Amino acid sequence: MSNSDNFPKELYYSKEDEWVRLTNDRATIGITFYAQEQLGDIVFVELPEPGTVLSAKETFGVIESVKAVSDLFSPISGEVIEINEALTERPELVNENCYGDGWMLVLRISEEKQHESLLTAAEYCTLIAEREQS
Amino acid sequence: MTGTNQTTLFDIHKAAGARFITYAGFSMPVQYTSIIAEHRTVRESAGIFDVSHMGQINLSGPGAENSLEQLLTCRVSSLPIGAVRYGCMCNKVGGTIDDITLYRLETDGFFLCVNAANISKNLKWILSNTSNTKVVNVSLETSLFALQGPKSPQILEAIGISNLRNLKRFRFRTISVGGCQALLSRTGYTGTDGFEIYLSIADSKKVWETIFAAGEVFGLKPAGLGARDTLRLEAAYPLYGQELTEKLTPLQAGLHRFVKLEEGGFIGHKSLIEQASEGNSKMLVGFQVEGRGIARTNYPIIHNGRTIGHVTSGTFSPTLQRSIGLGYVESRFADLETEFQVLVRNRPIEAKVCQTPFVRDAPKRSQEEQN
Repeated sequence: MSNSDNFPKELYYSKEDEWVRLTNDRATIGITFYAQEQLGDIVFVELPEPGTVLSAKETFGVIESVKAVSDLFSPISGEVIEINEALTERPELVNENCYGDGWMLVLRISEEKQHESLLTAAEYCTLIAEREQS
Repeated sequence: MTGTNQTTLFDIHKAAGARFITYAGFSMPVQYTSIIAEHRTVRESAGIFDVSHMGQINLSGPGAENSLEQLLTCRVSSLPIGAVRYGCMCNKVGGTIDDITLYRLETDGFFLCVNAANISKNLKWILSNTSNTKVVNVSLETSLFALQGPKSPQILEAIGISNLRNLKRFRFRTISVGGCQALLSRTGYTGTDGFEIYLSIADSKKVWETIFAAGEVFGLKPAGLGARDTLRLEAAYPLYGQELTEKLTPLQAGLHRFVKLEEGGFIGHKSLIEQASEGNSKMLVGFQVEGRGIARTNYPIIHNGRTIGHVTSGTFSPTLQRSIGLGYVESRFADLETEFQVLVRNRPIEAKVCQTPFVRDAPKRSQEEQN
């Protein structure tokens, strides 16, 4: 499960199992391969309205699998400028392709360098390997 | 019970990719691949569940029939040898101690299949309310598999079990699988045709593997407690601890068919008679969620801003592709088509009382099971 192939190197990761893709002042956010696998079949995703201003670690939405309800946390601060509307009808996209079609939102980053406190792919892999053992 | 018990098949489940949860002190498979995929496999072909955490209590002797007649809401004396009946065991005020299936092995020999979390509580209650009856808890020596789905009969035929057409719903008989003795019962908790197989723990690996080897060509897959829950909810079967508790009666849960109200002679009868004539303050209903959101256990049910009840079970139905649930509401809101809201994270979501079972091809419980 902590196989590094499942965690693209160009992304940043949070301890709450979200990923961040940085493009200039934009950050695309979703949940990691590990997170979607732990949740199982995802049947509902609730995302914020565009224009919502989020702080790092703030709850931005909810994801539900058949069995469980989990909060979604923003890894960094910024304003929501786009959400993945496709997840309303097809929440299973998060299971099918969590780093692609299963993305959740795009933020306009408000604090430069905040991403430096996030984990690299290698650090995130170590974190989940530790969790698997405990 | 101390620590966590493992089913004897723990290693087999693990190798099959199972993820485990602790349920009633047992570490049991919750899913192998995906709850939705396992759910569909059971509805479309067949799935096999290891439910060895369930409890079995033998009652035998000249007082067994009378004792059970007093303990259970279902009729006992009319139950033929080789037949199974569903019922409840109530306390003096009609609250539900457990819901059970009763098997008659011989004139003076029965066993009860009970919920895992209730085994010791049931034993105490049974021992203090029986006479001339030998009561033996055989839960730890007994494994239980549920083979469920439309292909189940073909799978059993493939391992040499014939004449299944003569084994009607809610009947059982003894079988031999690769030299292992087992009890085959045409029952289940999924709302589809299927069987439950009781056997000695010593034989469990061999029998599981035999069924599996024969079943693969029919699409048989192992299924976990996650799919068991979504399947039973589509069939609107109650789950003890959620729809049934010691504070709720079988009548409130809509289980009138399984209560011998007219004959009586069982513990809790007086209270249930009163409840039947005076009406219940709250009733269990099935509802479908009309808006976006999933109802979950304990979410409030509201009407005009006032709480009128609570959700006891809710899920996303893989068959219907929508959110369904069961919940207790004030009785005047229990009629079909009544509209109310489920409070999902402080947001009211529209819902409507609907017919159960939610999935219509789930067979209704047969006459044999009824009183």
